[in-house]
Amino acid sequence: MVKKKQNRESEPVAEDFRVIGKNHGKVGAMDRLTGVAKYTDDLSLPRMLHAKILRSPHAHARILNIDTSAAEALDGVFGVVVGSEMPTRYGVIPWTPDEQALAADKARYVGDAVAAVAARDEETANAALKLIDVEYEVLEPLCSPQAALASPLKIHENNKKGNISKHVKLEFGEVDNNLKKADLIIEGHYEFHGTNHAAIEPHCALAYYDNKDLLTIWSSTQVPHYLHRELAKVLVLETRQIRVIQPPLGGAFGAKSEPFDLEFVAAKLSMKTGLPVKCLYTREEVFFAHRGRHPFSMDYRMGFDQNGHILAVDAQTILDGGAYSSFGLVTTYYSGQLLCSPYTFDTFRFESTRVYTNKPTCGPKRGHGSVQPRFAIEVQLDKAAHALGLDPIELRRRNFLGENTRTVNGFVVGSNGFPECLDKIEEASRWRERYDKLPYGRGLGVAGSTYISGTNYCVYPSDLPQAGVQICLDRSGRARIFAGCSDIGQGSDTVLAVIAAENLGLEVNDIRVVSADTDLTPVDLGAYSSRITLMMGHACLMAAENLGKKVREAVAQHWECSAKQVILAGRRAQRLDDPEMFIPIQEAFVLAEAIYGTLGTVGYYDTPKEGVHGEYRGAPIGASPAYSFTAHVVEVDVDAETGDVEVIQIWAAHDCGRALAPILVEGQIEGSVYMGAAEALMENHELMPSGLNPGGRRKHGPGLEGVLAHTSLLDYPIPTTLDTPDIASIIVEKPDPRGPYGAKEAGEGPLHPVIPAIANAIYDAIGVRIDELPITPEKIVAAVQAREEENMKGVRHASASAL
Amino acid sequence: MLRLQPFELVQPESIGEVLQLLSTHAEHVRIISGGTDLVPNLKLGSIKGDVLVSLQRVDELKNLKEADTQLVIGAGVSLHTIATSKLVQGTVPVLADAVGKIASPQIRNMGTLGGNLCLDTRCRYINQSEFIRSSFGGCLKSDGDRCHVVPGGSLCVAALSSDSVPVLIALGADVDIIGPEGERTIPVEELYTKDGVAHIALSSDEVVVRARVPIPAAQTRITYRKWAVRKSIDFPLVSVAVRIDHIKGSPDILEDGRVVVGVLGPQPKILRLSSLQGQPINEEMAHKVAGIVSRRCTPLANVPYSEDYRKLRLAVEVKRAIRSLFI
Repeated sequence: MVKKKQNRESEPVAEDFRVIGKNHGKVGAMDRLTGVAKYTDDLSLPRMLHAKILRSPHAHARILNIDTSAAEALDGVFGVVVGSEMPTRYGVIPWTPDEQALAADKARYVGDAVAAVAARDEETANAALKLIDVEYEVLEPLCSPQAALASPLKIHENNKKGNISKHVKLEFGEVDNNLKKADLIIEGHYEFHGTNHAAIEPHCALAYYDNKDLLTIWSSTQVPHYLHRELAKVLVLETRQIRVIQPPLGGAFGAKSEPFDLEFVAAKLSMKTGLPVKCLYTREEVFFAHRGRHPFSMDYRMGFDQNGHILAVDAQTILDGGAYSSFGLVTTYYSGQLLCSPYTFDTFRFESTRVYTNKPTCGPKRGHGSVQPRFAIEVQLDKAAHALGLDPIELRRRNFLGENTRTVNGFVVGSNGFPECLDKIEEASRWRERYDKLPYGRGLGVAGSTYISGTNYCVYPSDLPQAGVQICLDRSGRARIFAGCSDIGQGSDTVLAVIAAENLGLEVNDIRVVSADTDLTPVDLGAYSSRITLMMGHACLMAAENLGKKVREAVAQHWECSAKQVILAGRRAQRLDDPEMFIPIQEAFVLAEAIYGTLGTVGYYDTPKEGVHGEYRGAPIGASPAYSFTAHVVEVDVDAETGDVEVIQIWAAHDCGRALAPILVEGQIEGSVYMGAAEALMENHELMPSGLNPGGRRKHGPGLEGVLAHTSLLDYPIPTTLDTPDIASIIVEKPDPRGPYGAKEAGEGPLHPVIPAIANAIYDAIGVRIDELPITPEKIVAAVQAREEENMKGVRHASASAL
Repeated sequence: MLRLQPFELVQPESIGEVLQLLSTHAEHVRIISGGTDLVPNLKLGSIKGDVLVSLQRVDELKNLKEADTQLVIGAGVSLHTIATSKLVQGTVPVLADAVGKIASPQIRNMGTLGGNLCLDTRCRYINQSEFIRSSFGGCLKSDGDRCHVVPGGSLCVAALSSDSVPVLIALGADVDIIGPEGERTIPVEELYTKDGVAHIALSSDEVVVRARVPIPAAQTRITYRKWAVRKSIDFPLVSVAVRIDHIKGSPDILEDGRVVVGVLGPQPKILRLSSLQGQPINEEMAHKVAGIVSRRCTPLANVPYSEDYRKLRLAVEVKRAIRSLFI
């Protein structure tokens, strides 16, 4: 069946918007500021139980037996659940279902869930957990990709290729030929460490299965729709029996973009007990649930001609996946597929291997799969610029991809404001006067990037729209938007309100946005891959335009003119040719309601499928309707003796197509920059470094392998305000014909350049390269010492200006 | 979030009542003041506390005054008060500075000097939840029988992480302790033992009531340096107080001095510089002292960050500390 779909290519729009591009308060912000907003854990139902989850203390162990009888007998315990009661394997990517709600046969990391208890309060639930007796057969922990690849022991017995979770090899053009032709080869080995999202709100779910066979779950999720599907599958319910509601979120950043044990546990325990059940993670459990950035081990080889043009990129990557797949199939593709702009390559090859390890599962963190390779390539470019004696900004300009073009791997790119981003940061940072000229210890570094505005394909194949919206208005003078998307703090509710207000002649405050409730709102796929502004924006625009048209037609009938003569703006309907002739918008709505009856429209969006990517296996993964572009300059102060790095300022210019709500775009740039700087310098989701081993120091001992080192926000450092640099957010607008009003993403792209720009700035400051993240004082001191030893030998003289 | 185990809170209003409560509640009785160290440790289950005796209503612990050549600071005086007090800033500025480096403004509002003196020792193997500790079998300080930091070690080496203690020792401060037998006074350094499990040398029925801080004479210069990953919130990973006394009338010649190093083990390490008496206080001395400290101090793998780097960092901080004291 072929259906007609609206793939809206925006017409040129007038620049004199009333609401679009203006500064608005954020929808819902005051509730958060004043403490009125009710997050999931603020919700409470009568007779509600509290659930706690028992977790494996072993990194790798077969579960031989679970005895829950003592826990069940404890006073105040209402229900216990174990893995065999929810055996269905699931996964957010339907092709790789390798998780169970509770591990039934095997625990695969320290913290893997094996059983859960619902009790009258958390203390009782915790006490009951201690009474559950699990018999384990402890297996060899495989806590690094190297160990997992070398071992005959499989973490997932049914996996076909040992401990390889996903392998992708793609080549575009003759890479080896071009490398042979190159005037300059830059080779480097780069390590990107694991980092957690550290959202301030821990995951929480409240479930109630009522006596009419309806399961309602309130969850701090950013993907209500995917949660809805997986709950049905694992709990063996029909989707019509499940309602997923997402309350306000205290941060997500990718941490909440798939189902988690607590949602299944709360739901199942509610089904078993007939009572509402809440489950709230501890911070430690957030670090176990993880789905943070994958550690990448990257070997990059790039060939350049003498003018600095990139002839070839050859990228070899090992991804440390952790215990389960999560989005890993996509991550593995993204590790190469998202590298191919904003620079043009003649040839490109990447080979990426994701490996299962006995560690918390890695997944999508802001800038999914592409922040790590971006670090490698942007440092490679900096090294090339130094080798060629070129200014690093100039090198990037020379390799500019262009707009309305195709990348080497076949992605079709529309608008591209990357050169403008470079211009802006070059000027704002006074790059020309200062780069390579600052005193020893001070430095500037540059990096660029791109990101997607949603992925072209849903995680499951379908002909259905990716985004849907309903808008109603009535005689009250208000409009209501019902939208399935998740406002996770990024401000998607505001974006919808802005678009509706623009089209209906209202102010943003006149719009009520009801979002992310699977009973009340049309389906949207969720808050991931920076898709909502583009996709829901289109859907909302479609609905709002149609509704606005009805209002204008009703007013036109009243005034006996053409609907084109009526404009809706500033809470009025007015004559285009006579500004003195107007009626309040409420009266216009009354006229429309009288003529058309109850007023409502729908809007929806699906991505263009033809001619947006190449025709090879994996070609659609990473393809997007529109791409954002970013460039940053970072200024650092480095103390070469202690290795301390102080980031003084970051200038971040981002091409978001059109800023529908500029304050939110600035907020997204600042948040991205903050998060990236923290990853570069502080955060590390690492394991305990060493343990007792009789007879030897510094060796791993039994029991310590696979144990997370930092499981609180005291030990896992994220920057305080004092550690946060000054950030200059610069919005660049190059409207893309595929975005609503030309809008593209702003939530993830601006994170990418921060990390390589810091590394490049450190090189400008003190002349050493730190290619292994995080950049710690220790690594800097070691690099400076190594250089001094080299100098002493007289082998090579390194300075801030030579490679 | 982690649950706080239920406990009984008693709020006496005098030292006498406190002592009585301590002697009657022998099992798992704990003194709580600001609670900023105790409560997180109770949540982690690394300590037990069935009865908490609060000092918050004991007004006699909240005095801060100058008496002769001493600053007398009650154990219940808040860290914020010490850091911002004009009296402290005017008489012992280094103490105000060091206390101002503790944790964060909110924690300094609650935390007290007594609490910072009696701060529990820290170690990456103990400052973990019960679950994490169970996954590696615990350690000497918690439900286990082995040390993960020093293989075969029989004494816990969890680290003293107070920012005020090194400075108080450098200043030559004493603490007054009260118990059933009455008051006694000891130098601050004698408050600490070699065992990180029970590193405070008090019996369970004793309470620190005040610190007596000598106001430094004109020829004494003291500074405190702290390294942590972040500029706020964090416990020190390297901490050192350096004191230089010059010969009266010769401001650039050393009479005496001492370096007090924290975050090594449960005890602060005190290095006396009397062997350098008569030598000029200059760059050479900075290097010399850094060398001595480096040779005699061995950071362990008890707190995050590598021991090698912390050793190097300690030497740099000592050198810079002395430089900052040149006139």
